[in-house]
Amino acid sequence: MSSSVLGAVSSRTARERLVRAVVTAAGGVSILTTIGIVVVLVWESIGFFRRVSPVEFLTGTEWTPLFQPQHFGVLPLLAGSVLVAVIAALIAIPLGLGSAIYLSEYAPRQLRAVIKPTLEVLAGIPTVVYGYFALTFITPVLRHIIPGLGIFNALAAGIVVGVMVLPMIASLSEDAMFAVPRELRQGGYALGGTKFEVATRVVTPAALSGIVASFILAISRAIGETMAVVLAAGMTPNLTFDPRESIQTMTAYIVQVSLGDTPFGSIEYQSIFAVGLLLFMVTLAMNIFGRWFLKRYREEYA
Amino acid sequence: MSTIRVTAGGDAALETRDVSVFYGSNEAIKTVSFEIPRNKVVALIGPSGCGKSTLLRVFNRMNDLVPTARVTGEVLFQGEDLYADHVDPVEVRRRIGMVFQKPNPFPKSIYDNVAFGPKINGTGGDIDAIVEQSLQQAALWDEVKDRLSASALELSGGQQQRLCIARALAVTPEILLMDEPASALDPIATAKIEELIHQLVADYTIVIVTHNMQQAARVSDYTAYLYLGELIEYDDTNTIFTAPTEKHTEDYVTGRFG
Ligand SMILES: Nc1ncnc2c1ncn2[C@@H]1O[C@H](COP(=O)(O)OP(=O)(O)OP(=O)(O)O)[C@@H](O)[C@H]1O
Ligand SMILES: [Mg+2]
Repeated sequence: MSSSVLGAVSSRTARERLVRAVVTAAGGVSILTTIGIVVVLVWESIGFFRRVSPVEFLTGTEWTPLFQPQHFGVLPLLAGSVLVAVIAALIAIPLGLGSAIYLSEYAPRQLRAVIKPTLEVLAGIPTVVYGYFALTFITPVLRHIIPGLGIFNALAAGIVVGVMVLPMIASLSEDAMFAVPRELRQGGYALGGTKFEVATRVVTPAALSGIVASFILAISRAIGETMAVVLAAGMTPNLTFDPRESIQTMTAYIVQVSLGDTPFGSIEYQSIFAVGLLLFMVTLAMNIFGRWFLKRYREEYA
Repeated sequence: MSTIRVTAGGDAALETRDVSVFYGSNEAIKTVSFEIPRNKVVALIGPSGCGKSTLLRVFNRMNDLVPTARVTGEVLFQGEDLYADHVDPVEVRRRIGMVFQKPNPFPKSIYDNVAFGPKINGTGGDIDAIVEQSLQQAALWDEVKDRLSASALELSGGQQQRLCIARALAVTPEILLMDEPASALDPIATAKIEELIHQLVADYTIVIVTHNMQQAARVSDYTAYLYLGELIEYDDTNTIFTAPTEKHTEDYVTGRFG
């Protein structure tokens, strides 16, 4: 009797070991993939920086790798990405946060039950669809309002990327706000808070870590967005912060070269890795900044 | 039903007239009429589920936040019905403060917790002074004066509860409602809260819900005994505990049931 009990325990232990081995392997694969990507990015970038100095790359104001004379100043691409991301953030952050506050604090439960899944569906629409939406709807409307606006412009791209990441901000922020304990809201009401005051001064600060995380995810996605931006903003490297101009973002350049017949090992080929590395660093910096911000300002409930 | 009075002068801080509360079709409070005298401590006692918290929330219109809840009857506060059409529940809650069973400080600094009420109500004046004075009144100042910017969540449970009391006092309410304010605290912290209630009653009218008979006997001037939503008996605390009129009350306070 006692030996069968011990036997059962040891077979469970064996199963535990197997499970651990499988999940460790799964975790290992994803870590190795990430390391692999970074290694390739850095390796090819080193090749690039042997031919073009990092200083020229980071400070140059002209980006003409596909024409003669070749210039490899990345600032126009960086400016293009930042411009699109800023316009997107200006649209998506206030609207997304507003929607989250509405859904979490004001909307009737039944309405929330319909809208929440809808937001998640919106977040799953292929981005190329958003690109066509920009070209066929947003740009014509903008051209009506702003005379002389070109077909390709940063404004339409920023707007469409903003619309694209809005559901993500709304949904994730709403999750964070909805999870704030009821007792905190009651505390706010009991002190003579209005619904709006409780929403903005109790619930929003208490949910700040989730809200900021949603902003960072959204902005990272805006910087990384490719198809919608290519379709709406065009492929004209242009060092400008004028949203009416056609621009090219870092991602758009990578697509342009990847789709072309650039020979393997050529400087143009290597340049996309250097741009990719920069993109990676920008996103990483955003995440680090986000973590720092949270540590500094978060109001965590117990 | 006529109002149960415990004072002759009729100097009531609050008076309920045929107050009933329904959650959907369930009548949780049944035509309760009694008065809460000014600058006294009134204890609400009774077995779990009898409606103590519900009745307490009638006084600052917190039941408005429960979608299914409906209140009928009148609650007179300074001669005015709190449930009259023109009355703003937000203003009611500013004048009639509330402390909850579980300490619920905001996840902000100690200072910001106390300053919250004065700030949203635009009280004006010197917020620093209001914060200090409220913490003094709640007998917490000496323990926190050197770390006002620390998170309120770093405080012990008893300190958090006194912070919640300070936070309520900072909006200078006239009445303080307390729903089992010491039930989550140890005996020492409980003694501090009771001591505090004794001091506060000079300036405030206090209504306290408690499950603890000794506590009701120690802190209150008057005690109301509720059972299944009905006000069974309301009198001097002394009378309720030593010579109640109703057999039911006697059984409860002597611990024979409930
Ligand atoms: N939000 C609510 N929705 C529906 N019914 C409720 C709600 N709150 C309380 N009730 C019901 O009203 C009755 C009185 O509840 P209440 O919380 O006022 O009792 P209580 O005397 O405070 O009990 P306890 O001593 O356990 O805190 C109970 O039957 C309870 O189920
Ligand atoms: Mg209760």
